[in-house]
Amino acid sequence: MKKSVLGALAVSTMLSPVAAMAETEVQFWHAFTGRLGELVKAQVEEFNASQSDYVVVESHKGNYSETLNAGIAAFRAGEQPHILMVFEVGTATMMAAGGAIKPVHEVMAESGASFDPDAYIGAVKGYYTSTDGQMLSLPFNSSTPVLWVNRDAMQAAGVDPDTDLSTWQQVGETLDALKAGGEDCGLVTAWQSWIHLENFSAYHDVPFASKDNGFAGLDTELMLNGEAQIAHLTAMGEWAKDGKFIYTGRRNEGGANFRAGECALFTESSAGYAGISSEAEFEFDVRPLPYWDGVGNAPQNTIIGGASLWVMSGHEDAEYKGVGEFLSFLSSSDVQASWHQNTGYLPITAEAGVATRAAGFYEQNPGTDIAVIQMTAKEPTANSKGLRLGSFDQIRGIIDEELEGIWSGDKTAQEAMDSAKERGDALLRRFEAANR
Amino acid sequence: MEKRVTFRGWLLPLLLIAPQVVISAVFFFYPAGQAIWQSLFIPDPFGLSSQYVGLGNFEFLLGDKFYRASFVTTAVFSILVTLCSMIPALFLAVIADRLIKGSGVYRTMLIWPYAVAPAIAGVLWLFMFNTRVGVVSWYLGQLGYDWNHVLNGGEAMGLVVVASAWGRISYNFLFFFAALQAVPRSVIEAAAIDGARFWRRFWTIVLPLLSPTTFFLLVVNVVYSFFETFGVIHTITAGGPQQSTTVLVYKVFSDGFVGQDLGSSSAQSVILLIVVGALTIIQFKFIEKRVHY
Repeated sequence: MKKSVLGALAVSTMLSPVAAMAETEVQFWHAFTGRLGELVKAQVEEFNASQSDYVVVESHKGNYSETLNAGIAAFRAGEQPHILMVFEVGTATMMAAGGAIKPVHEVMAESGASFDPDAYIGAVKGYYTSTDGQMLSLPFNSSTPVLWVNRDAMQAAGVDPDTDLSTWQQVGETLDALKAGGEDCGLVTAWQSWIHLENFSAYHDVPFASKDNGFAGLDTELMLNGEAQIAHLTAMGEWAKDGKFIYTGRRNEGGANFRAGECALFTESSAGYAGISSEAEFEFDVRPLPYWDGVGNAPQNTIIGGASLWVMSGHEDAEYKGVGEFLSFLSSSDVQASWHQNTGYLPITAEAGVATRAAGFYEQNPGTDIAVIQMTAKEPTANSKGLRLGSFDQIRGIIDEELEGIWSGDKTAQEAMDSAKERGDALLRRFEAANR
Repeated sequence: MEKRVTFRGWLLPLLLIAPQVVISAVFFFYPAGQAIWQSLFIPDPFGLSSQYVGLGNFEFLLGDKFYRASFVTTAVFSILVTLCSMIPALFLAVIADRLIKGSGVYRTMLIWPYAVAPAIAGVLWLFMFNTRVGVVSWYLGQLGYDWNHVLNGGEAMGLVVVASAWGRISYNFLFFFAALQAVPRSVIEAAAIDGARFWRRFWTIVLPLLSPTTFFLLVVNVVYSFFETFGVIHTITAGGPQQSTTVLVYKVFSDGFVGQDLGSSSAQSVILLIVVGALTIIQFKFIEKRVHY
């Protein structure tokens, strides 16, 4: 039955004078809805219209975790898409699944599409590159944490809105001044583990985990209970106790408070730009993420969050050619520059950043280049290339739990991080066992 | 002497029970068997390789003090959800039963919450109790109480219990109400003539006559609080703060679908299967003895 339908299709295709050659279909599963979903759709349509050999079919498969699960389930059933969007914490899972993926550098080499690995920004591609420098997945949407400032709230509390907030020492003094000035929500944060541990470690050039943060092997152990991290979390814990840092939840719940104008300072992704600029009814500023002066090599560079595109194994060569063309199209300067300007995500190539600056975008939208500068100011080190830890979504959950222990005053920073290390390491050992 | 209908031959009885057997096999025995089998391995998420670990997954779980603590959390949570969903339901049913006018409207209104999906119910409660913008937490703030379920484990537990029990009250109400209607009027009237007041009649006549329903609801609600509440927990607390609302079934979900750790997730399902099986047996063996049909 199935065969005869296929046969009929083949015959009708051959007979049809228009489609002299059948277009090859490329399935692309992603996790974007709303405005981002529309932008992805537009990119795909532009690609499809630009040539006639391949048709990219995009489909939304839920949030990041759900998309990864859909990809995994589909692979088990032999129905995997060609391109799967996977968020950065799923990177180690994908890398370990050697038989399920086809590295991007291989796809590009075989497809003959134009591909220059050096065109990509080091700190962005580093997250998705093997230890020997080969690109495994194509960075798609990447952002990095920055400090958002509510200038009106600063003013209302009698604090100069132009106060230097480059270091946490200065932020600490400002929080005191804000509190003295009657501000009841000095600092709020989104994604606490990502910003205050993962990025914190990279920014101060101290390890988050052994084995180059997991890049050099599965036998990695967490090192988030180091001196620098403990000092930072202890300070944050003090601020929480004094009501200067308000904890609102594990994800980006704090964004609602900041956008409503309730809080003076907010550590959040640079991609928060779209939401804040459209909702905030106050003057705001973007500043680089603060660092502790004199700790480690701060400021090193921050690392990214977001997702990359993985190519799944088990498809025809002709289809991979199409995948290569599409990925090459996505990396082109024009596509990247417009993506960067529309979303607040970082451009993945240096060229797109240059084009954006040349177009005067940063002057019209001050602060949108801070994330780019913060990421690219220094060459990444082994501690600031990124993280590659198995079961990392779950480990983040553990870190969240332990951080809550600090904010509520139940645990000291040292106790909490020692426990996070012990529990996280147990998961890392299981991941190692599963991928031996 | 018990009366039994007997069939001659095998074919017809086999045919008659076949659908039930097939459904049980496909939807229960097969998945349960799979879970038991998979609990002996640590597979990678893509199913490319699998390490046989024997009872290693169970050892790993039972050696984890957070997993053991989640048994206690689950017990507290289940008991609270069951009580909070049954007692108000019975109370409302008794009142509705005594209503003469407008009982139809009253009943319909009470059934509404049951139509709200658990995850949506979770979001509703989350909005009301949001620590900074929630209506209820604002009023509590006015009264001088600083509500903060994102850091206070007790408040978080209270919130997920209320959110889980709320929709369930409707379901229980329906059953209690139907059972109350079935209590013979003559018995109650006889007691009334003998001088028994309302509460005495309720304790000595109505409640014992309700016992089959109460028992049924007890079993169903315990199973509900074990298995169907993770949507509410996921939306409200995601198991936090710290581990204060991580119940067993939530951990099965998060290890399996967030952590991609199918071995541990399967082992947890097996443990959960044993726990709920044991609970149901206990309920039928000991509590059912006190039920009068």
